[in-house]
Amino acid sequence: MTMPRRLLIEQGGAGHRGPALPACDVPQRPLAELFPGVALRADLVFPQVSEPEVVRHFTELSTLNHHVDRGFYPLGSCTMKYNPKIDEELAALAGFARAHPLAGDDATQGCLRAMAEVQRLLAEITGFAAVTTQPAAGAHGEMTGLLLMRAYHRSRGEGGQRRRVIVPDSAHGTNPASVSLVGYETVVIPSGLDATVDLEALAKVLDDRTAAVMLTVPNTVGLFEPRVLEVTRLAHAAGAQCYMDGANLNALVGRVRPGDLGFDVMHINVHKTFSTPHGGGGPGAGPVAVAQHLEPFLPTPVAVAQQDGRVRLDWERPQSIGRVHSFNGNFGVLLRALAYMLTLGPEGLAEVSRVAILNANYLMRRLAKSYDLPNPQHCMHEFVLSGRGLKKYGVKTLDVAKRLLDFGVHAPTVYFPLIVEEALMIEPTETETFDRLDHFASAMERIAAEAAGDAEMLHQAPHTTPVGRLDEARASRDPRLRWNVP
Amino acid sequence: MSFVGLTRDEEQRMLKEIGVARFEELLAAIPQDVLLEHPPRIPGPLSEIELRRLLGTWSRENHAAELVSFQGGGIYDHWIPAAVDALASRSEFVTAYTPYQPEVAQGTLTAIFEFQSMMAELTGCEVANASMYDGATATVEAALLARRQTGRRRVVVAGMVHPHTVAVLRTYLDPGEVTQVQDMAGLAAPAALKAALGPDTACLIYQQPNFFGLIEDPAALHALAHDAGALAVAVCDPIALALLEPPGRTGADLVVGEAQCLGNPMSFGGPLLGYFAAKQSLLRGLPGRLVAETVDRQGRRGFVLTLQTREQHIRREKATSNICTNQGLMALRAAIHMGLLGRVGMREVAGLCVQKSHHAARLAAAIPGYALAFQAPFFREFVLRCPVEARGVVAAGLEFGVSPGINLGRFRPEWRDLLLVAVTELRDANEIDRWALALREAGGAR
Repeated sequence: MTMPRRLLIEQGGAGHRGPALPACDVPQRPLAELFPGVALRADLVFPQVSEPEVVRHFTELSTLNHHVDRGFYPLGSCTMKYNPKIDEELAALAGFARAHPLAGDDATQGCLRAMAEVQRLLAEITGFAAVTTQPAAGAHGEMTGLLLMRAYHRSRGEGGQRRRVIVPDSAHGTNPASVSLVGYETVVIPSGLDATVDLEALAKVLDDRTAAVMLTVPNTVGLFEPRVLEVTRLAHAAGAQCYMDGANLNALVGRVRPGDLGFDVMHINVHKTFSTPHGGGGPGAGPVAVAQHLEPFLPTPVAVAQQDGRVRLDWERPQSIGRVHSFNGNFGVLLRALAYMLTLGPEGLAEVSRVAILNANYLMRRLAKSYDLPNPQHCMHEFVLSGRGLKKYGVKTLDVAKRLLDFGVHAPTVYFPLIVEEALMIEPTETETFDRLDHFASAMERIAAEAAGDAEMLHQAPHTTPVGRLDEARASRDPRLRWNVP
Repeated sequence: MSFVGLTRDEEQRMLKEIGVARFEELLAAIPQDVLLEHPPRIPGPLSEIELRRLLGTWSRENHAAELVSFQGGGIYDHWIPAAVDALASRSEFVTAYTPYQPEVAQGTLTAIFEFQSMMAELTGCEVANASMYDGATATVEAALLARRQTGRRRVVVAGMVHPHTVAVLRTYLDPGEVTQVQDMAGLAAPAALKAALGPDTACLIYQQPNFFGLIEDPAALHALAHDAGALAVAVCDPIALALLEPPGRTGADLVVGEAQCLGNPMSFGGPLLGYFAAKQSLLRGLPGRLVAETVDRQGRRGFVLTLQTREQHIRREKATSNICTNQGLMALRAAIHMGLLGRVGMREVAGLCVQKSHHAARLAAAIPGYALAFQAPFFREFVLRCPVEARGVVAAGLEFGVSPGINLGRFRPEWRDLLLVAVTELRDANEIDRWALALREAGGAR
């Protein structure tokens, strides 16, 4: 018999406590004297648990997680690759971890050097003129990029007129959400039959009200936009700016520079392409790279390398959009990305995209024998299958996803992109080996066979996980978002 | 080195299965003239040995490792128990993604649920979300929620909200939509605020303790906001809330802020931890992720992401926010930290911050030329008026092995003789004495 799993508040109790604090070694005064007239709280209803039990609690919780270090994690558009251990060690060095953001440039030359180097390397890799490291995540970068383009249009007297952003129907949800955040309007264009941009549909909505075209390259179906140079040319001819969502940069890194495709601005998800860990939902970092004409609008401050080799923060940027973060963005995350880029070097970068593309194409061709493949072209770093062929057995993509968990692998991204029915979006990344890919393919093939033979077993999946399928409808009907105090 | 594990032979077998002779055939859709002939010219490859040497050298170019810190201004040097690092660096937490498949993510989901529970208790609010990027963007999201809720546009900011928070508000909102009201003796000025609030005001935002470390009167500010039909937004330090009456219980509609101080390193200002708590009635307007308790098919307790119809991946342009990736690992660290400190430890930390900062302030006020700039009660942090420019005091600290505080002159020229000093539970009497000596030395140099 095992002990039932309890929340922290359900453990311990009065008299239990965690690690001790030192006794106060300065003269003390009563709080009432120091805080005259200040309303204080009567109590704090918090856990009362010993250190060993807190350690056991979170250790046990950790064992309930699937994670990259344990197994395959083919979440499409998420780039769940291996996260090098050395990067964690370096970000934790006391000189970095204890650095204060307001200590002044002289006291933080090491941090500023690292920031300037991250800016320089990312600009080189993406083919842009300048980079800001302030945005804390991809969506934050999108918003920043949109503000930069808005500032550009305003500087040319076209701010009031250009308020529309064209986004393909295959885009990530963050794209239209970021567009709304800056007060712009989203114009959705349907993808063409081959799931890439339909130039006629684009030309129809491009006009002098268009502020920008936002494109994900490769797109969310995993295809490189074959007419991307045409798209950016058309957009520029109409006076619009071109934004690249860099979520799928892993397919291009070291091989194609987005700046060469005609884009004006992009964000980079360093927690995808540059291998910083996802942490169960962040922190990521979403640096934004821009072409020369957008540089004056970058958020303040920007790290600038001087002639004498020192780096300073430049605050004198009169055209800047302002700050987008309390301090310098997710610096610790950027350090990990820097360590990763330096580990790879030029040839290593190119090897990343090469093997990511190879792995995805191999898996796609194997799985196309047992699942529908709506877009048969060669893919880039990811591909999208459809589970529609299983509907005749009463089996949905959701069932396939849940059953996969029984085989020790994570499910792909499901029901996205929206343009593919019963979508299964699969991104293996370059760090998976041949035999891992084969194991996943075998599991998928077995599930397809199970669908034909025992649909009910799939409806009940997963069978081997710490908990079974959870009742999400109940959770949202009357949401319980905090614990009950016993 | 790119962490791939693929042999030539395996590659040949894969190309054969794909049905192409060469890898380059897979790139047919890419225009030839944009394919690079040579990869970008970046440094490297570096081995672990070389990388450790290089970044080790850079890390030592920061004064941070050897100096004793009295710096605050939004980022604080607090105790992080050893168990926080040990637990939060487990790769089960670090290398997991957002918990999209709850059956294999109960570790992350349970920890977020516990984080939400403790933040709700600290703030006195009914609900709290899974995290925001930082205190400044959490404040922006609060302002945006207030605008949606009230249908009004303008945001009134009480002095002294952190200048960087105000700067980020001004970036997100349009000019004219942010009204900052001058402080009075370092505190929010009720009469001026009342005059600034109007029928177009969505919310009143104040900071507790404020940028100068001073303790505001929350109940009065909440009443001012509500009288004008606006929401009251409190931007609070979570450690201070272990002692102070929670703003949610005296009428704050939204309580948000920066929670780096709960188990997270300063790390040059990021990654940080924004938190967002609210009254129950605002639940469906909340930005970001929420974790709820539910049951599985066997009736066992489990946790899931919930109310996702608010979020960008479902609602797209009509979402409450564009946030997707947030600061999950920082929230986990905060949950472990609060769990370890618990009911007693949280209040002890807050109490030590009060005692030590007041002790330091008394020592400083006794040094010729120095004076407390403000008289109101303060928590952990206070402003000293110095006999010389504050940057001179900061520079003098080096010799004594301390970072004496933040030179406020970097924010406004008229503040150039003001030093913002934070004293946490980490500082002992000897370090505080050494800090006072540095002040004396710097002041005497006039």
